[in-house]
Amino acid sequence: MRGFPKSSILPNPAFCNQIPCIKAIAGTKIKPCFHHLGLRLGHNLIFMKSSLQEMWMLDKDIAVKVDNISKIYRIGTREKTHDNLAQTLFDFIKNPLNNYRRYKALYKFNDAELNTMHDMEDSASNILWAVKDISFEVKKGEVIGIIGSNGAGKSTLLKILCRITDPTKGRAKIRGRISSLLEVGTGFHQELTGRENVYLNGTILGMTKSEVQRKFDEIVNFSGIKKFIDTPVKRYSSGMSVRLAFSVAAHLEPEILIIDEVLAVGDADFQKKCLNKMQDVGKQGRTVLFVSHNMAAISRLCNRVILLKNGKIVDDGDPDRVISRYLNDGQGTSAIKRWENPEDAPGKDAVRLRQIRVTNRNGEVSEFYDIREPVLVEMKYDVITDGVELMHVFYFWNEYEDCLFGSIHNDPDWRERPMPAGSYTSRVELPGNFFNSGCFYVYAAIHTLKPMTTQFYEERVVAFQIMDRLGWDTARGNYSGDIVSMLRPLLAWKTETASN
Amino acid sequence: MLNQLAKPAAAADKDKEILTVIEPKSGWQFLNLKELKEYKDLFLFLVWRDVKVLYAQTILGFAWAILQPLTQIVIFTIVFGKVAKIDTDGIPYFLFSTVAIVPWTFMSQAMMQSSQSLVSGQRILGKVYFPRFIFPLTSVLSKMVDFGISLGIIIFTLFYYKIAPTWYSLLLPLFIVQMMSVTAGVGLWLSAMAIRFRDVKYAINFLTRILMYTAPIVYSASSIPAKWRLVYSLNPIVGVIEGFRACLLGTTIPWEYIWPGFITATLLLVSGALYFKHMEKVFVDVI
Repeated sequence: MRGFPKSSILPNPAFCNQIPCIKAIAGTKIKPCFHHLGLRLGHNLIFMKSSLQEMWMLDKDIAVKVDNISKIYRIGTREKTHDNLAQTLFDFIKNPLNNYRRYKALYKFNDAELNTMHDMEDSASNILWAVKDISFEVKKGEVIGIIGSNGAGKSTLLKILCRITDPTKGRAKIRGRISSLLEVGTGFHQELTGRENVYLNGTILGMTKSEVQRKFDEIVNFSGIKKFIDTPVKRYSSGMSVRLAFSVAAHLEPEILIIDEVLAVGDADFQKKCLNKMQDVGKQGRTVLFVSHNMAAISRLCNRVILLKNGKIVDDGDPDRVISRYLNDGQGTSAIKRWENPEDAPGKDAVRLRQIRVTNRNGEVSEFYDIREPVLVEMKYDVITDGVELMHVFYFWNEYEDCLFGSIHNDPDWRERPMPAGSYTSRVELPGNFFNSGCFYVYAAIHTLKPMTTQFYEERVVAFQIMDRLGWDTARGNYSGDIVSMLRPLLAWKTETASN
Repeated sequence: MLNQLAKPAAAADKDKEILTVIEPKSGWQFLNLKELKEYKDLFLFLVWRDVKVLYAQTILGFAWAILQPLTQIVIFTIVFGKVAKIDTDGIPYFLFSTVAIVPWTFMSQAMMQSSQSLVSGQRILGKVYFPRFIFPLTSVLSKMVDFGISLGIIIFTLFYYKIAPTWYSLLLPLFIVQMMSVTAGVGLWLSAMAIRFRDVKYAINFLTRILMYTAPIVYSASSIPAKWRLVYSLNPIVGVIEGFRACLLGTTIPWEYIWPGFITATLLLVSGALYFKHMEKVFVDVI
């Protein structure tokens, strides 16, 4: 059973409408090319299988099973420095031996180190458990998002599952053909033409030559650079080579796809196109493990999210819940930001910012809003100099770093009116059916006028997400496809006929 | 009837799913050569890439594959043949050195490239999995194209000196295989070392020079005293060069120089494969 979010706000109705067909496809349809490979490989695997059969064959629905996976790394330590020449010379002679020890220590760990508890690492030790005792199962056809702040162990976990690096402890079992996409354009060679690189990159990512051949036209059309396909990649603009690389990746058809933060490249339009393509991948019943910092993409694509922190699983389950926990954890940008101490708060001589938050009409702080629902953004601040005239501004940016618009304070009660010292709250209401779906960041500023001075300008101070809905009370109507635009206002249409 | 046939096939298909078990590896294992079959397309594409890229944006292109050994042959002929007048058992020096330098050029270049293959491929190494031994083997195979082209020098020289092929010439493939296995063995050893210790990059230059002067490339093996012959021939390159010379020039094959090399070449290849597999698990962690 696919674990879809149970909350009232579903990430994308277009996606959810497909549930029955995902179920039908999941686990039964394997592309012919994999049959072919499966046959070849299966022959070699009969051996291994019999020994694993008992523990493994029990549950055919499990695509990935991770059991207490841990990975240790050694981090650098400071090199000794000397005060006198003799000592330095002596060390220089000893150096090769020390170097040898140092490089060997990168991968040799003693028992004491291997038995350190994760939480008991003392600051003196130079080891780091990048992931520690991670266990989870992924069912066939699940699209799992892995989130966490930098250094939480997301990439290490993926590298272990892709077989790039070995775990120190633990075991993982994967059923089905895996492709990993930790980088777009792995193996692209500058001297080769686009055509040649498609073949090379395709085979590096796990396709066979005949598979690439079959999909070649599709890949080239998707990339939109057909004209340059026989030009060496070194003459491409960086955008072009990313497009081409992405097109190859988008046409992978493994049973299990492992993707690291790769959507951070390419222009916004193309990113959207790739996200859609990935959504299609999900619909075909493929298992996807997906690491990203793009919460909107995660909530849209995944039906289950795992939150990592310091190498351990902190939460696992419903995307909205886990994402909101992550955002509230102070690691990402959340819907509320407070400055407890006025001394450290943004601001200068006239104004101190105390709090910025995003709420619904009932004044409840939330990161998630139904697309039909109005969103309120408010700032709390102290005016510390009597009688200043202020200009408050909120700017709204989307996840692709576009500034959508700014909104200047225009409350008629305070127009051109100096403010006495004291605490204030200024609020702006953004209507429902106005933003497109996705993640939006708020930038906030207050300027004093006469002369104009910036008191503070805070970037990405809070964030919120707009969740898509299908229906005539939204701008989408009953169109279930993708809507690529910055805003999505619901406007009144009228049709008249001339025939009567 | 059709139904009956179809059923077992479908059942078999279901069981043919690929299983991957990921766990810490310990102890010594041999390379999983079955994987080479699975990743055959990738292997060939990487070889093709190396070949294609090697002479990219050059004017002479593959002519370099001929020019490099040819200049060396000419220099050696002048220095060792004309000036030092080294004894070659009566064979014209140009001919004598051609049949040795062509395989040696392949060996030295392939060893160098192969030993650096993991270091130069570290970007791919850290981003995608495929059998790691493909890296050093790719270098060996791609250099074979150069070797194939430079065989033209040998053919031309033999033709010029009017030396006809003999039955011994049929043994040439045997020595080509030995030449490749020595190179692959050295490549496996050194690439696995180079990824951990970049010293290899600096050591490989004089290592190849030592190998060149310890093998009968510029001089004749018969100038080595008989009591040292066995020790001398343990260098597998001695067997390769002597083999090439005998096969191409139609002299009797000096097996006493060749069989010790067969043994060391085999040992080198097998131990290289074992060592490579043993170190494989730490490659990405020490890049």
